[in-house]
Amino acid sequence: MDQTRHVLTMLVDNQPGVLARVVGLFGARGYNIESLCVAETIDSQVSRITIVTRATEAGMEQIVKQLRKLINVIKLRDLTGSKAVQREMALICVRAKPEYRAEVLRIVDIFRCKVVDVGLEHYIVEVTGDAAKLSALIKLLMPMGIKKIARTGTIALFREPK
Amino acid sequence: MERSGAQILMQILKDEGVDTIFGYPGGAVIDIYDALAKTDIRHILVRHEQGAVHAADGYARASQKVGVCLVTSGPGATNTVTGIASAYMDSIPLVVFTGQVPRPLIGNDAFQEVDIVGITRPCTKHNYLVGNIEDLPRIIKEAFHIARSGRPGPVLVDIPKDVGNNYMDFKRAPKKIHLRSYNPTYKPNIKQLKKVKDLIKKAQRPVILAGGGVILSNGSKELTAFARRTKIPVTSTLMGLGAFPGSDPLWLGMIGMHGTYRANMSTGGCDLLIAIGVRFDDRVTGKTDAFAAQADIVHIDIDPTSIRKNIQVAVPVVGDCRVALENLNSLLDKDDLPDLEDNRKEWLNLIAKWKSTNPLAYEQKDSIKPQYVIDKLFEITKGQAIITTEVGQNQMWAAQYYHFDHPNHFITSGGLGCMGFGLPAAIGAQIACPDKLVVDVAGDGSLQMNIQEMATAVQYGLPVKVVLLNNCYLGMVRQWQELFYDKRYSATHMEHAPDFVKLADAFGALGLRASKPEEVETVLSEGLSSPQTAIMEFLVEQTECVYPMVPAGSPITEMLLV
Ligand SMILES: Cc1cc2nc3c(=O)[nH]c(=O)nc-3n(C[C@H](O)[C@H](O)[C@H](O)COP(=O)(O)OP(=O)(O)OC[C@H]3O[C@@H](n4cnc5c(N)ncnc54)[C@H](O)[C@@H]3O)c2cc1C
Ligand SMILES: Cc1ncc(C[n+]2csc(CCOP(=O)(O)OP(=O)(O)O)c2C)c(N)n1
Repeated sequence: MDQTRHVLTMLVDNQPGVLARVVGLFGARGYNIESLCVAETIDSQVSRITIVTRATEAGMEQIVKQLRKLINVIKLRDLTGSKAVQREMALICVRAKPEYRAEVLRIVDIFRCKVVDVGLEHYIVEVTGDAAKLSALIKLLMPMGIKKIARTGTIALFREPK
Repeated sequence: MERSGAQILMQILKDEGVDTIFGYPGGAVIDIYDALAKTDIRHILVRHEQGAVHAADGYARASQKVGVCLVTSGPGATNTVTGIASAYMDSIPLVVFTGQVPRPLIGNDAFQEVDIVGITRPCTKHNYLVGNIEDLPRIIKEAFHIARSGRPGPVLVDIPKDVGNNYMDFKRAPKKIHLRSYNPTYKPNIKQLKKVKDLIKKAQRPVILAGGGVILSNGSKELTAFARRTKIPVTSTLMGLGAFPGSDPLWLGMIGMHGTYRANMSTGGCDLLIAIGVRFDDRVTGKTDAFAAQADIVHIDIDPTSIRKNIQVAVPVVGDCRVALENLNSLLDKDDLPDLEDNRKEWLNLIAKWKSTNPLAYEQKDSIKPQYVIDKLFEITKGQAIITTEVGQNQMWAAQYYHFDHPNHFITSGGLGCMGFGLPAAIGAQIACPDKLVVDVAGDGSLQMNIQEMATAVQYGLPVKVVLLNNCYLGMVRQWQELFYDKRYSATHMEHAPDFVKLADAFGALGLRASKPEEVETVLSEGLSSPQTAIMEFLVEQTECVYPMVPAGSPITEMLLV
């Protein structure tokens, strides 16, 4: 059966143990987590969790129902295929020997990202975009040598009607 | 008024109508026990915390109230886990209070500290660590509300010692519970029910499959009216036994791995399956692709996760079984049903033919047949006893040969299949129903798992009866080894067992033994009529198997018969 990528976003009670409940459910029921992002919302009592997962249609139906069943999950939405803004941020530490520096900067320019730290032999590049943009950038920087990378995982919001 | 956490707990328990607690004390709950001593709440001191939870489970099922446990931190808490998991699988409403080390020590590997909230997260409906005494009243109220509403289940509340013995100004608990994300659907969508009604009118070979949800929703009366009026034959899961009268001509017997021939064949051949409060366990469906393959399936359940989890359905109905059946009955009242007498004739005749194959037959010869013991138990008790069971063959024979006319009379660990359940559950049921005869149908392996609770039964003068089918084997596992593992009886022979008659005596109970068929009735009559707690041991045919049996993963219409 075909698995597809789903972006789930949920509002949860901002309490200790709530993340463990959500993540534990994925673990216990054999669902996978591709990325996970958690932070407080405007209301300090409430956090937003965004999870990217892969599942079959039937599998997804169960995941959504099981998550909704958790007492601390206030609201949940599957943003897949709907009008949602999806973004991810990455910090990429790329080797920047003198002979590559110009090339790195050119790529950074093309992708409209930023250099946020400079050393003798490295740059740290900050990039924001959708998953496709990030992969494209990583592919181009790879030949220079990526020392370290930190990605936030996808966050998403439903687009309000215009 | 200034009240301690422990006093607040007691007051709210009283408000919730709690009159009995099953528990075991220790350092972390000593303040709570001190407060308990000043109330009129009855405390049942078990001999092992697992026993406390199973007893609360039996109590909850027999009384339809929430079962309550109180245990200490660390080992007291971990000992409850099996009981909690069993209640979780069977959707039984419990609130389990565990003591915790004082808050400043949490996380320090303090004496008798375990993260019981972490441990029980996947096997509770919800759980709490009480962080502040101010949260205590709200949390206790929520715990009871969550445990008993919607799809019921166990809720654990972990109370640090310094929450129990701290003080706050307290008058009464909040009346209103505000859980913005928890709102079970009781009232089903009428549009969906109309579809069900139309399917009923069309169906030629309908079957009802009733489950534990019917019993949990208190919907047996509505189910019985519904089935009789639509003339639809009824099967049930193990958990649904008693939801429909076992003496009714429309009764098909239990479905599934050890279901009756006619129940499984009817499900295989039906064109409409109305599943009510079931979760399509693999013991019920066998091979899922082949399950009720010719039928439109209607599934009524309060928990959306039960629907389409294992089986695709034509008409899902989210709601309470009792409310849904009530609504269906009144929809049918307003409608012209076709001539059902005529309509069902062929189908019911076919079922009668399946019934006459009589696969539950056995021959009582030289050694005692376990089936015979249950038959006689049924006869002597006129089917009116509350039966709890251990797990294994004993459980299946109880399910097959004791016929239940009423709900809440068959109390078994179905989902977890937890050996050692029956005796403590019987204790709980006996406390809930002091005037009823309560019998634990047991195997020798299972009984030894919580045999210490005999002392509890005797201490409280509970005339619980154990009908022990002693086959000197872990019989159900032995059966699988006989049938599917070339008779390699690896670790299933219990070569040594205590003398159960002397053991009963040592506990201060009555011990009786039958080793020949002609002794069965006398032993049963004597044991059942005694005012004492009793173990009646029956030395049964050691290698008897439970039939019919559907090999795991086969379609349920492919049964091994005797
Ligand atoms: C050795 C052994 C052998 C077994 N063999 C068999 C067998 O042959 N046949 C068999 O049937 N079982 C058998 N079982 C039991 C089996 O494992 C399951 O426990 C059982 O089938 C589950 O029953 P159920 O579907 O009625 O669900 P339950 O576990 O009783 O669940 C109840 C369902 O009803 C829903 N519900 C709860 N409250 C409500 C409400 N108010 N309104 C609406 N819905 C509600 C719940 O959401 C859930 O879906 C066996 C167990 C053991 C240990
Ligand atoms: C706690 C626990 N451990 C192991 C099992 C696996 N198991 C299922 S049935 C069974 C045999 C039970 O033997 P007994 O209680 O003697 O009953 P019988 O089947 O002989 O009637 C076992 C070991 C279980 N269900 N529960």
